[in-house]
Amino acid sequence: MINIKSKKSLYSKVIAKKVYLLILMISFLILIVGYSITLGAANISLIDSYGIIIQEITSLNIVDYSPVLKGIILEIRLPRVLLAVIAGISLGSSGSVMQSVLRNPLASPYTLGISSGSAFGAGIAIVLGDFIFGRELMAIYGSYVIIIGAFFMGLVTIFLVNLIASIKEGGATTLILAGVALSYLFSAGISFLKYTSAQEKLAELSIWLMGGLYRAEWINVIILTPIMLFCLLYLIKLSWDINTLNAGEDVAMNLGIDVRSLRRKGCVVTALLTSCVISFTGIIGFIGLVAPHICRMIIGNDNRFLIIASGLLGAIILLLADTAARLIINPTELPVGIITAICGAPFFLYMLIKRKKNYF
Amino acid sequence: MSINCQELSYAYDQKPIIEKISFELKDGQFTSITGPNGIGKSTLIKCLANIYKPDNGTVYLNGQEIASMNAQELAKTLGYVPQKEETNFSLTVYEMVLLGRRPYIKWKVKISDEKIVEKILERLKILHLAEREVSTLSGGEKQKVAIARALAQEPSIILLDEPTSSLDINHQIEVMEVLRDLVDFDQVAVVAVLHDLNLASSFSDIVYLLGEEGIHAAGRPEKVFTPQILKKVYGINVEIIKGTNSSYIVPLRSKVSRISPSQISV
Repeated sequence: MINIKSKKSLYSKVIAKKVYLLILMISFLILIVGYSITLGAANISLIDSYGIIIQEITSLNIVDYSPVLKGIILEIRLPRVLLAVIAGISLGSSGSVMQSVLRNPLASPYTLGISSGSAFGAGIAIVLGDFIFGRELMAIYGSYVIIIGAFFMGLVTIFLVNLIASIKEGGATTLILAGVALSYLFSAGISFLKYTSAQEKLAELSIWLMGGLYRAEWINVIILTPIMLFCLLYLIKLSWDINTLNAGEDVAMNLGIDVRSLRRKGCVVTALLTSCVISFTGIIGFIGLVAPHICRMIIGNDNRFLIIASGLLGAIILLLADTAARLIINPTELPVGIITAICGAPFFLYMLIKRKKNYF
Repeated sequence: MSINCQELSYAYDQKPIIEKISFELKDGQFTSITGPNGIGKSTLIKCLANIYKPDNGTVYLNGQEIASMNAQELAKTLGYVPQKEETNFSLTVYEMVLLGRRPYIKWKVKISDEKIVEKILERLKILHLAEREVSTLSGGEKQKVAIARALAQEPSIILLDEPTSSLDINHQIEVMEVLRDLVDFDQVAVVAVLHDLNLASSFSDIVYLLGEEGIHAAGRPEKVFTPQILKKVYGINVEIIKGTNSSYIVPLRSKVSRISPSQISV
């Protein structure tokens, strides 16, 4: 048989569609990143905004912008927008990996209690840091101590949730209920910290707990970017193994996958990623739940694409929500957590009502 | 290619499910494992498929201990088809069958992988379903997808856990014929847990009948499925009727006096 022009294979057709979708999402993200920098309480035109950025990068000095304008663009808006992108990517892709490795559609950093666990850990670090490490050390390494506190408690949480679920063998529902119970416990812990801490620490803790991206600084972006890149690459590397879980644990084991070790790796790395983000932004709910589910609908459940897509959509949603938070009640602003909850909670309920048989 | 198990035992929650089972499976044969509910058929097949680690005893593959073998190499030899496909996040048929290539794929899917998957889909007559989601398929189609995935592993032995349990009779025959073809044309050894004694009788070369005390009888179907043996293992009377392909096992209504509700006084 002579095949002069071999027709495109089934596989490359399917892959091409997914790659186009990813490119589309990346382009859209770049577009809104570019636009949201020009929006804000201070009225700075699009041309001026980019003029400032380009001059800063190229160190040219053609137009003389006022230091205030430069400060707003370079020190306030730019780090904030970038932090939104990093936090969105981290929460979105972590959510998708948690759902896949735990085989549970309701899993996310928020619903499993990791968010409140990390918040509690960070709270302890803020309140007790000076006491343990001394004032000078905390002034320099404070952010790292907070990250470690958040990560440690995030890890403890996911370990406890898994432990409870495995004792009870209830599967999906037990896992989520254990997460809810632990969330309450950690909230109580946070209240206790607030109640007992001194006036100045109380203020610091309260501001931190409110969550949101308004405290974004370049140092956050600089610390989080390498952590995010490392975790993301590691998770993407696991994506073939995670895919086999879609056929059930027994089949995955037969295909040569060490399921328990895969689950452990997935949980530890996502807990690391989300708690690092949470230690700078406070609790931002629902991104890790909503973004993966929308992506599962549009791009499918192949984790090689799903993890990246969930991250991109998480960034898009969080950036849109944060930009809205900045603009809605101009000149002040709303904490972004309020907006993600207002949009996310109904979505969560919709999923509960629409759930398929045997879905969870 | 042969599987050899010796004194295999497995307990769940300290309750022994199978105890000291020994047997040997040979190349190019269709082997059925039958027996009453809860006797440990699925457990046995999962021990063979390297899913459960037996508490005692060893499984040898070509004389080599399974537990000591590289998991990926083992996945290229032993394929497993579960009783029910459990998917929370549904893949398409193509993606699902491609998973069977996992032991061969590092990251990139090669042209040869694509060719193998397409060939298997065509052979099982499910190529037209390639882009459908597995969760939307009928029971028979799902079962064929699972078999296709196991075939994509290019195994020399396929282990199946009740492949016909949720199918109607035409799909039962279709699936069994696919399996029989694998034995006859591809020299793949098929080992299937089967509930339906008549399917076991007409398709298999060797039957293992599990009873309370382990393997109760083993051998050619007509040797194993006799009224005496079945009475002992299942506790019912049967009639064996000579048919076109094989003998048929027909359970008889029990002669023990039945109790009508009016006889019960509380």
